[in-house]
Amino acid sequence: MFGSIAALGAGLAVIGAGIGIGQIGGKAVEGIARQPEAASKIQTAMIIAAALVEGAALFGVVVSFLGLK
Amino acid sequence: MYKSSILKSKIFTLLRICAVFLTLTAFSIPAFSQEEHAEHAEGAEKKFEPSEVILEHIADSHSLHLWGETSLPLPVVLYTDKGLEVFSSAHFEHGHADYTGKYYTYRLINDKVNIVGENNTVAESSSIIKWNSNLTDLSITRNVVSMWMSIAFLLIIFFSVSSAYKKRQGKAPKGLQSFIEPLILFVRDDIARPNIGYKYQRYMPLLLTVFFFIWINNLIGLVPFFPGGANLTGNIAVTLVLSVITLIVVNLNGNKHYWKHIFIPADVPVWIWPLWWVIELVGIISRPFALMIRLFANITAGHIIVLSLISLIFVFKSVGIAPVSVAFVVFMDVLELLVAALQAFIFTLLTALFIGTAIEEHHH
Repeated sequence: MFGSIAALGAGLAVIGAGIGIGQIGGKAVEGIARQPEAASKIQTAMIIAAALVEGAALFGVVVSFLGLK
Repeated sequence: MYKSSILKSKIFTLLRICAVFLTLTAFSIPAFSQEEHAEHAEGAEKKFEPSEVILEHIADSHSLHLWGETSLPLPVVLYTDKGLEVFSSAHFEHGHADYTGKYYTYRLINDKVNIVGENNTVAESSSIIKWNSNLTDLSITRNVVSMWMSIAFLLIIFFSVSSAYKKRQGKAPKGLQSFIEPLILFVRDDIARPNIGYKYQRYMPLLLTVFFFIWINNLIGLVPFFPGGANLTGNIAVTLVLSVITLIVVNLNGNKHYWKHIFIPADVPVWIWPLWWVIELVGIISRPFALMIRLFANITAGHIIVLSLISLIFVFKSVGIAPVSVAFVVFMDVLELLVAALQAFIFTLLTALFIGTAIEEHHH
């Protein structure tokens, strides 16, 4: 088996980030489509939420660093 | 293009300060070329280990790598139980030689200073995980030098902006002032005021410092050559200190309602209180902990991605990969610019949010 379990764990954590940020982006775009005047507020909220979701996913990546030899 | 004279003189001052740092940290030993290691002499077939190279670039080091094979050795400052030891890291010869100082013999293992005792036993210097009373490593490493340079940079920028405001009382801002002013107003109007409320003035210095410190250090870390290239905000010790500052400020400024909510919650049955205390105390610690991990992981992950893409060229051993690799790296670096600003903003925003919840007035 190539690589290590740590790398596998990091990959799984990134799946979570992908799904989460994808949802955030999708809902934000839908919101902008419904109400273009609110575009900049929606964009700001989207960026903040994306950073927080990414923070959670990177927790997983950090733990996988601990598993590195 | 017209450059204001304030900005020009600041650039020269910064260049002078860079030069002073270079000479000071050389500690009277001039920069020298790295000697050929035994491995290289055996033939150029040493396999390229990407993870080793990447981790070496991410981690702190006792010498400033300037260009090619030239590096500037930095002073090693050790506080032993017998006294203070200061010497140049050149004596370690990149981990190949021991150095016998006034009190002990030292060896560099995995870039950490260890004491070599009799029978070749080694004792590591203290770290967050393990305390060694014999040896505390207080060296001036690459991260320390980078932090001093970014501090000097920040002080130059902000002192010049504040003195420009004093000189130009009542006039429109000009030059560097007009660049910094929207940023400061952004922190005040979009981060401090909505989250902290009417008492925001007290916390503005902290929020501004945190915001610009993190942003500038993230940006400096993105630059691959000399004044940059030190992964400062990707060092967990630095982010630990920033989050401890948040922890201290939030809890020292907590008002009666904040502490009452934690220790004597209303509308909660008494038998749940012990569980409530555990949960709330864990919550107090875990929020700054998340701040620390978020900043560290984002910045370090960005650097690792860029370094991995570049090491692809060496793994495939062909120059043909280079255009693809460099294109990806440029794209990732632009994304990293966004991440640099965004992480600074998120850290500041969450700090303001936590302060706001601590000083919130009671209204039911």
